[in-house]
Amino acid sequence: MSKGTLFDKVWDLHTVGILPSGQTQLFIGLHLIHEVTSPQAFAMLRERGLKVMFPERTVATVDHIVPTTNQARPFVDILAEEMMQSLEKNCQDNGIKFHNIGSGNQGIVHVIAPEQGLTQPGMTIACGDSHTSTHGAFGAIAFGIGTSQVRDVLASQTLSLSKLKVRKIEVNGSLKSGVYAKDVVLHIIRTLGVKGGVGYAYEFAGTTFEQMSMEERMTVCNMSIEGGARCGYVNPDKVTYEYLKGKDFAPKGENWDKAVAWWESLRSNESAEYDDVVVFDAADIPPTITWGITPSQGIGIDQFVPTSEQLPEEDRFVAQEAYQYMDLAPGQAIKGTKIDVCFIGSCTNGRISDLREAAKVAKGRHVANSVKAFVVPGSERVKKEAEAEGLHQIFQEAGFEWREPGCSMCLAMNPDKLEDRQISASSSNRNFKGRQGSASGRTLLMSPAMVAAAAIKGEVSDVRDLLN
Amino acid sequence: MVSEVKIVSGQGIPLIGNDIDTDRIIPARFLRCVTFDGLGEHAFADDRKALNGQHAFDQAKYQSANILIVNRNFGCGSSREHAPQAIAKWGINLLIGESFAEIFFGNCVAIGIPCLTADADTTQKLQEILTANPQTVITVNLETMQVQCGNLTATVSMSEGARNMFISGSWDACGQLVSQGKQIKETAGKLPYINWSLATV
Repeated sequence: MSKGTLFDKVWDLHTVGILPSGQTQLFIGLHLIHEVTSPQAFAMLRERGLKVMFPERTVATVDHIVPTTNQARPFVDILAEEMMQSLEKNCQDNGIKFHNIGSGNQGIVHVIAPEQGLTQPGMTIACGDSHTSTHGAFGAIAFGIGTSQVRDVLASQTLSLSKLKVRKIEVNGSLKSGVYAKDVVLHIIRTLGVKGGVGYAYEFAGTTFEQMSMEERMTVCNMSIEGGARCGYVNPDKVTYEYLKGKDFAPKGENWDKAVAWWESLRSNESAEYDDVVVFDAADIPPTITWGITPSQGIGIDQFVPTSEQLPEEDRFVAQEAYQYMDLAPGQAIKGTKIDVCFIGSCTNGRISDLREAAKVAKGRHVANSVKAFVVPGSERVKKEAEAEGLHQIFQEAGFEWREPGCSMCLAMNPDKLEDRQISASSSNRNFKGRQGSASGRTLLMSPAMVAAAAIKGEVSDVRDLLN
Repeated sequence: MVSEVKIVSGQGIPLIGNDIDTDRIIPARFLRCVTFDGLGEHAFADDRKALNGQHAFDQAKYQSANILIVNRNFGCGSSREHAPQAIAKWGINLLIGESFAEIFFGNCVAIGIPCLTADADTTQKLQEILTANPQTVITVNLETMQVQCGNLTATVSMSEGARNMFISGSWDACGQLVSQGKQIKETAGKLPYINWSLATV
């Protein structure tokens, strides 16, 4: 049992009581909702005659279904329009703040809450979306829930949960040039496996994370769930406070000083006890890319698709499935794999720093003729900021399409989809079969800079060859 | 809304594969909806299409099954409750597997579907029995934590909290949670951030 970690402290502070089942009733400080997983939850509330207990602690936006080209209402997709109307009505009926398209604040739920300062250290945060782990970057305990649990949070602002164990994942040292936060998390998942984190919260510690910006930390925490860990976090520090200061919902005046003192007190103690500790060296992390159908099927850019014999026995079944689905042969180099579509965006890598890194690679170059490439900012604010810096021009001159904010082709619940057997270089988080909208479509996950490199070359390339 | 789940019995359906994610259980295009109605027919839609009628969910011999036997890390990926809802609406009311992804497991608890774990040897044997003799009856007892299928009797497990919820019929926690209104407000009142982080309309 862990002791003295941030996770333990925040868990204890939010514990309402122990339920007869033995599970903990946990208070949720911030509840985020979107159009996909909330309509049924509101319907369940209505059926039971329940009200939203703390409407001011739920914030809504729309992201999964929004088109990234023509956003005029009603949407062309009538099902998407119905979901949109349902969310608008539910928010209005229940007094919930809704950041709608065109408000200047709309975007992917895991991009907008941090950028508005809604996400803060020491909070418990829940959302009907598995990438809620993103918010752990601030030292919050944040996790994804299903729709019945969205109902529970709306009705009671609490959840019935079992406490997680805590694994400290320490990475030390500076990242090499061309190696990004995305590579760090892909490397961790590749090493610990897609189910290694089940039952755990991941505490990301060590000098590598201390040196990271908030946006880099968000990329790492975002993909905790791809390693099986429902939540991941970084202890709050000066970088966190600098990021938060002055944001819309950040504490102001004397509350700010009180808040910082409280946040500091929540950091894991030097003497904290963990259920498990794993240590990595940043120098060992190469630009990393997935070759298969789970996020743990990753390799360094200079490596080869592993042969069955090179893999542990328990991973061979899925590897066989992956060779066939991806049409990649064991022992084959990943570099040079031809790419059809390049996607830069998502809650993993759709923030301003991601776009800046990709733009550095794209600047003065041109997307290969055979490639369709597009950039989808994570929010309306990210889009505005990028345009103020001229990033959109860099991308457009290089042959990338510049789109409106949304989840886009990360999960393809909107018009952005792969077709047939197309293969994508994607800065998103999942390479599952069919994930990007075609039942036979293929996805290679990588950093946004690597996606830009793939777009320019028309094939999987080492971004380090294009830097400087 | 209380209903005890102690013994589940019926026919089984084997679904072989590790790391079967919720995008495969219910592809995202079927999430464009405001109710869970009709999801059952789309369970594993793309996998079924790819296997051209050979997927377990399409085989005539498994059409009356209510117990799904899976392997490792079933239900990983997206938090969509549409996944367990689709499986439930297809006709499943209990799963046995080597391991389950955490959010999927929680979603199943919330809709009254137990996910029990068994060792790799047991799940494989269950799948073999059901492949050879699809009509074999499986009985799972949550009080004794035993599964019985043909000649096989084995131990299954589940976290104590979740198991208690099924046995006592309190897997739908909503009413219980709401009834603690006073304690909820007290807990909230002690949190320093509660007054500096309001998101008022």
